[in-house]
Amino acid sequence: MRVVDEIREKLAVFRPELLQVDDESARHAGHAGARPEGQSHFRVLIRASQFAPLSRLERHRRVHAALGPELLARIHALALEVSD
Amino acid sequence: MTAIDQIRDTITKNDVVLYMKGTKDMPQCGFSSRVAGVLNFMGVDFADVNVLADADVRQAIKDFSEWPTIPQLYVKGEFVGGCDIITEMTLSGELDALFTDKGIAFDKDAAEKIRAANV
Repeated sequence: MRVVDEIREKLAVFRPELLQVDDESARHAGHAGARPEGQSHFRVLIRASQFAPLSRLERHRRVHAALGPELLARIHALALEVSD
Repeated sequence: MTAIDQIRDTITKNDVVLYMKGTKDMPQCGFSSRVAGVLNFMGVDFADVNVLADADVRQAIKDFSEWPTIPQLYVKGEFVGGCDIITEMTLSGELDALFTDKGIAFDKDAAEKIRAANV
């Protein structure tokens, strides 16, 4: 499975109204952490009503937890925008 | 001193600390560069810790904050966030409010300039 799809699948747990996952690896080709096969740099835009009562830190922590340490360890960079 | 003790010591002795890849004068990652750039531009006096120079600290800071990525900003011993959160807080004015609240000197005009350039 592509990493983009893995991310989508794991974040579905928040029942997001908006979920956009972009693989930006090509833009970072040759940078530290970029891999020849790509799938290293991602941008995630997620909007879900259940984030409403949470602080910025807590929102990001929930997303990190949903992705899990194993997947996070494989991703070099994750730009994250969480809204409610 | 363990890496965790080192971190506690650093964030206690310095009001503002940025754990980053590279140094504030020579960042080695786009995300670290962005946060260091904001703090430099806002004239904030901060300590930089280059995690690339110490593998133990690099792992320990992630365990300490329970946050998987670098950079990480600490103000008065408290973890504030990483690149995305600091960027959002800069643009919303929350970072100014935090610095004011914690008694950290910064250039308000510079902060306004960042916001004016990013509308």
